[in-house]
Amino acid sequence: MASPSALHLQTARGAYRALVHRKKLMLLALLVVLTLSVVADLGLGPARYSMREVVLALVGSPEMSRQISVVIWDIRMPTALMAIIVGAALSAAGAQMQTILNNPLASPFTLGISAAASFGASLALVFGVGILPWAVEYVVSINALIMAMAAALFIHFMSQRRGVTVETIVLLGITLVFTFNALLALVQYLASEQALGAIVFWTMGSLTRATWPKVAITSVVLLVSLPLFMRRAWALTALRLGEDKAASFGVNVRWLRLETMLIVSLLAAVPVAFVGTIGFIGLVGPHIARMLIGEDQRFFLPASVLSGAAILSLTSVISKSIVPGTIFPIGIITALVGVPFLFSLIMSNRRRSW
Amino acid sequence: MVASLQLHQVGVRYGKQDVLSGITTPLLKGGEVTAVIGPNAAGKSSLFRRIAGLLDGPGQVRLDYRGEALGSEGVCYMPQDTSVNTVLTVYESVLLARKQGTDRRVRDDDLEAVDQLLSSLRIEAIAFKGLCELSGGQRQLVSLAQTLVRDPKILLLDEPTSALDLNRQVEVLTLIRSLSREREICVMIAIHDLNQVMRVADRVLVIDAGTMVTCGPVSEVITPGLLRQVYKVDGRIERCSRLCPHVMIDGPVSH
Repeated sequence: MASPSALHLQTARGAYRALVHRKKLMLLALLVVLTLSVVADLGLGPARYSMREVVLALVGSPEMSRQISVVIWDIRMPTALMAIIVGAALSAAGAQMQTILNNPLASPFTLGISAAASFGASLALVFGVGILPWAVEYVVSINALIMAMAAALFIHFMSQRRGVTVETIVLLGITLVFTFNALLALVQYLASEQALGAIVFWTMGSLTRATWPKVAITSVVLLVSLPLFMRRAWALTALRLGEDKAASFGVNVRWLRLETMLIVSLLAAVPVAFVGTIGFIGLVGPHIARMLIGEDQRFFLPASVLSGAAILSLTSVISKSIVPGTIFPIGIITALVGVPFLFSLIMSNRRRSW
Repeated sequence: MVASLQLHQVGVRYGKQDVLSGITTPLLKGGEVTAVIGPNAAGKSSLFRRIAGLLDGPGQVRLDYRGEALGSEGVCYMPQDTSVNTVLTVYESVLLARKQGTDRRVRDDDLEAVDQLLSSLRIEAIAFKGLCELSGGQRQLVSLAQTLVRDPKILLLDEPTSALDLNRQVEVLTLIRSLSREREICVMIAIHDLNQVMRVADRVLVIDAGTMVTCGPVSEVITPGLLRQVYKVDGRIERCSRLCPHVMIDGPVSH
């Protein structure tokens, strides 16, 4: 017969295994929510289709007319996929920014990366100035991408300086937001009426700009980044115990941070470059994941990806449902829905999440 | 001999300022406990961070294991600061300490090692509490578990018992002492309580204002002269009824 202490040990191990099992179930639940949301997103638009019609069109059933298949596959699918990929990328970027900067407020939006991208895009929209002059077709996106990466790396290198605290990083982010917003305002002031309209629409963020090539590029960035993060899952989780502790475990903290920030800057910049400014996903997605699943990166990262994707997909559904036949810019909806949602989660959550 | 550590003229420099210099020790062997003592800001933590490879500086840190040179990966260091703001549970945090530098898969022996350590430190009851919910003493025990679970060869503990009650201090120091003997771990431990030093350590390294004062056997180093010179207090070393030496403090140095 097992001794009482042996029984206790089995219980601790068993409890850990049960915890892991619960986390896997939670990931499955998030996947189900995401799938349902995508199906709903595909069904909504000027012409509304039922869930059955969407599923039949997706599986290529002969019952469905060619017109429905074309609408679903060629018109709505790029937008719906862009929603989940952009949501996933921004949320993964936010999750890792929060991890490496040890800061719950870190996200591409709050640290000025999105503002930098908007400024870069506005340069192209107003003056036609391309940072890389040969890439004419993607000049707006490339300008946004380069500015966003520059801002992310600036934040990173400043955070490496001695004596820089969590609060300093947030203040630094706020100064970047103000600086780029001021520069954006200056460009808007100098812009023609037509260019001004284009900037305003761009800064609102809209999935209607999605095209298959943009979906493909963003997917590649996401699919390359996630395994790189997962390979470093234990080391990234160790950062949550503090820099000293992680270093004492043999983690090369400086290198891990630089590597992660480079990947994060791509993950944050590419979506913003393609669909404009979409705020709060990078902040809300990781917080929801943390509340549901904790901070073990083996589960936290997939949960952040799934929750970010689900939120943006659901937001897309909402943006199409407010006024039937009209699609509101998704950037407006994420801010309007995201903030109260995050607020309610923080206030209702009894367990401290940061 | 399994593990050993030897320092030769080791120092630490922040910018152009030397915060620690000239630390030289004899060969510190596996199975021995060396206490590092000295006033606040003497340079004890800097020394530990230097040995662990977290700081650069002049001098040589020689780490050996079974006659071969050992990289800083063989050193397990428990920092003094145990404050955290994470929702990771105690169990997860100890497991992740064990899994550093290995693959992602959690095996039975990993879970067994975590279970046994939590049991040795009597912290199974808080295994599934979030780290941010723990008291200072509990955090210190968990931090110790995270360090010990990595099967250290050279163990550096920076004030591991400063937040513990007396009972837990004695328990933890006894555990460290016995682990050091059983597994032939070379232990360096910073403690302020000189009576605990006399209970647990074989050797004492004294640092004051960034320089080494002395390094030698406990009975030779902890003397009224040292109390006067380093801690600026008058005191005596007396033996209790069980013949164990104790430091008795009379008061600040009388001039």
